[in-house]
Amino acid sequence: MCDHHHEQQTTSSTGSSTTYSRRIFMQQGMAFLSMATTVPLFMQRSAEGIMLPLGSLVTSRAGIPDDRVLVVIQLSGGNDGLNTVIPFGSREYYVNRSQIAIGEPGSTKYNAGAALSISGVDGYGLHPNLTGLLDLMENGQAAIVQGVGYPNPNRSHFTSTDIWHTGNHTGQGYGWLGKYFDNTCTGRPTPKGSIAIGNRAPLALHGATQKAVNFETEELFRWAGTSGDESLGRLYDDINRQGSANSTKDDSQLDFLVRTSLDAQVSSDRIRAAVSKRPLISYPGGQLSQQLQLIASMIRADLPTRVYYASLGGFDTHANQLNSHANLMRQLGDALNTFQKDLGKQGNTGKVLTMVFSEFGRRVAQNGSGGTDHGTAAPMFLIGDNVRAGLLGKHPSLTKLQEGDLIYNTDFRQVYASVLEDWMGADSKVILGKQYKKSNVLRS
Amino acid sequence: MIGNSLRQLDPKEFDNHKARHLLNRAGFGGNAGQVAEIANMGLEAAVDYIVEYENSSSYGSTGEDAFNKDIMRPPTSSERESFRKVRESGNESALEMLRIKRQQRQREDRIQIAEMEEWWFKRLIESPRPLEEKLTLFWHGHFATGYRTIENSYHMFQQNNLFRNHALGNFKDDLVRGIIHDPAMIKYLNNDKNRKGAPNENLARELMELFTLGEGQDYTEDDIKEGARALTGYNIYDDEFIFRTRQHDTGVKSIFSRRGQFDGDDFVDLIFTRRSVSTFIIWKLYRFFVNDLPHEPSREVKSFVYAVGNLFKRRDWEIKPALKAIFLSEHFYEKTNINSIIKSPVQLIVQSMRCIEPPSKNRENMLRTLTIASDLMGQRLFAPPSVKGWDGGRTWINTSTMFMRHNTLLYLLTGQRPDGYAWEADSSPFKATEVLGSERSDPKKVVRYLLTTQLGVETPDADRVSTLLDYLKTQHNSINDHTVKGLLTLITAMPEYQLC
Repeated sequence: MCDHHHEQQTTSSTGSSTTYSRRIFMQQGMAFLSMATTVPLFMQRSAEGIMLPLGSLVTSRAGIPDDRVLVVIQLSGGNDGLNTVIPFGSREYYVNRSQIAIGEPGSTKYNAGAALSISGVDGYGLHPNLTGLLDLMENGQAAIVQGVGYPNPNRSHFTSTDIWHTGNHTGQGYGWLGKYFDNTCTGRPTPKGSIAIGNRAPLALHGATQKAVNFETEELFRWAGTSGDESLGRLYDDINRQGSANSTKDDSQLDFLVRTSLDAQVSSDRIRAAVSKRPLISYPGGQLSQQLQLIASMIRADLPTRVYYASLGGFDTHANQLNSHANLMRQLGDALNTFQKDLGKQGNTGKVLTMVFSEFGRRVAQNGSGGTDHGTAAPMFLIGDNVRAGLLGKHPSLTKLQEGDLIYNTDFRQVYASVLEDWMGADSKVILGKQYKKSNVLRS
Repeated sequence: MIGNSLRQLDPKEFDNHKARHLLNRAGFGGNAGQVAEIANMGLEAAVDYIVEYENSSSYGSTGEDAFNKDIMRPPTSSERESFRKVRESGNESALEMLRIKRQQRQREDRIQIAEMEEWWFKRLIESPRPLEEKLTLFWHGHFATGYRTIENSYHMFQQNNLFRNHALGNFKDDLVRGIIHDPAMIKYLNNDKNRKGAPNENLARELMELFTLGEGQDYTEDDIKEGARALTGYNIYDDEFIFRTRQHDTGVKSIFSRRGQFDGDDFVDLIFTRRSVSTFIIWKLYRFFVNDLPHEPSREVKSFVYAVGNLFKRRDWEIKPALKAIFLSEHFYEKTNINSIIKSPVQLIVQSMRCIEPPSKNRENMLRTLTIASDLMGQRLFAPPSVKGWDGGRTWINTSTMFMRHNTLLYLLTGQRPDGYAWEADSSPFKATEVLGSERSDPKKVVRYLLTTQLGVETPDADRVSTLLDYLKTQHNSINDHTVKGLLTLITAMPEYQLC
């Protein structure tokens, strides 16, 4: 069974047999996935992942526990990396950013304040509002990988996001985590599911057979008809759960709808039960914080979900960015810190790795409106007990630029490779299409 | 062989079931009475009635004065002069005043676009020419333009009128030529920045890639560059198209290996000499009106589309004959094409409103609530996610939108809002029994009737029948407004209700 899965995946998404453009792919919907599919329907359920009891799931590699979780957070819009990890030792930084530069630690010269200093690091500091992240770093729980990007950078939000989601330079094909699930040999044909918070499931989680469960808030993630009439609730359940009996083998539109309905019902029950408990710690306000609180509660409830996906928007700071970016940094640092503390109280820090990325960084020079335009390389964050804490990799040069943009030092797929192999116990070559040199971000 | 592909349906086979299919696809369905009326007309008269909608009464004016066109108007020369003075004076408080005024205008304009959304929804629900509205929606998705980028509601309104006025017109001369002169599109794809010596390729690229030929079909990157030069100077002033001769590149261009001092209109003419142009838009119409094709199209489907494409070309890019041929064809009524399309959020809402006629119509905030619900289901009018429009098909459906769809229908039937838990006052109780036919006492017959009419199926599924009979049993088998509402609540939550 597992081999069968494997084979199918490599020809349908990573191989050259796929001549479909992204556009056709999208026009035909995710449905095109099923073209390559001869897998019986019962194997294709995403919700089955979160229905499975713990213990029935094992990873393919010895020594890697089977209940490890990856939380992915996307900073949407393109995070200004140079105002996240501040190169305060660089003259060029101040020359290029007269209105928006952040001073060296202790400095009072700049409106934007002074960078936080990182122990043992010279010339680089963190955005003044990233106290939460600094705290995690000093605790040995957070790593910042500097200057992450990819060759021939694309500056469109849409395309660059797709490139990060697929791990492919064209941005076409299935998502890297979707492919991970497609390729997982768990001893059962269906691996554990993934859950995204939001009204869309991100491309990263779409595989040939794997689909994510997604929801925005738990209040909206249920049928509201039961409050009117008791008997309706039971019959509604019958209608939306009897799915498999009605399914045929041709993957018709109706089959697809029946499957998604079933996924929705099953995951709604478990997710709502999971998030109904009060968290062990109180979370600050804000979009990301809310999402991480939901995710923490699902982890606490031991849903066998292996990947959670959250996002924070607003990073497309073309104008007057000082305040808006500072607010985002505050939200980000505080949310990550609280989340990690919550996991600590749960006793789960050892099994959760959090990875934070943005589709691109921003240009070195500020623009005429106190903001920054789309750029290239930017830092990624990794948080968890197993990370090699501190500032990793080299900060990109501010003097050697390409068309006014930073040149990346670490390919993001090197980070993916390390996460896939050392954290998820998967074969990164199959998923990423080639063997990337693992970046040294996790302690093995 | 090709002639065969367009074979007409045998008129004797045009029954209620097929009439319902036609109404669903060429519009947004209809109640049982309307279905019967269309069936009784017979195939050709029915198709004529629906397609030749210009002969039936119109919904009312979309006159230029329906909305305020001056909210985002450009400053007059005297205003510009006074702005300049303020800036030069460096007077902070006067500058702040200007900023505040600008923000006020933007706020006012966002209110107007929200009103426009409701205005269009109302039209979609009430217009006696459903095909006109459905095509307007099709063109909106095809020549997708988003308000958030252009921030000018009146330009969106003008564009909406362009699509409606030429919904069944000439694809080449009315629509494609129209769109390169359309203020909203010119702004959206930055052609206002496209000038001699500093070309912007955005419009030239999408004109071929998304609007007429298809990605990578029949053109090269050089054709894009040269096409962009041809489109220089196609600009706007206030609400009007303007050809700025000084921005236009009058030099010789080479497009599709032909050389000449082409302008944007010549560029359109050249595009329509390409092979792909006859099938590209027909494929898209096919996905919208016939079958959204989750799988690789069969040979039969391909030859049908090519046959319609040939007709389309022969008739010099007129949409009407092509669409008529589709609606008359045997292929259109094949079993595999009936109930094969996943309803878009707009289709789901509008079709339910037209078929069930729920009391929500009378609720004050109904239109606002429906626009919010549609947005939460992934479709906001005047705000397609990108220039590609809505991807449609299976991308409409995920675990989150599934609940939103069920809860939106619940709102229509009961008044319980889909975006929270507040109930809206129900000003007129729902006379749900009015959706029933003459049979109003036998539970079995009632259940079968409702399943047939609401799901558009010929024979209802036995499991579904027994589930609904179970419900009636809990209600002592009585048929009244309350129990029929209960039945409709269950039917609209069935996976098959998402299809049309």
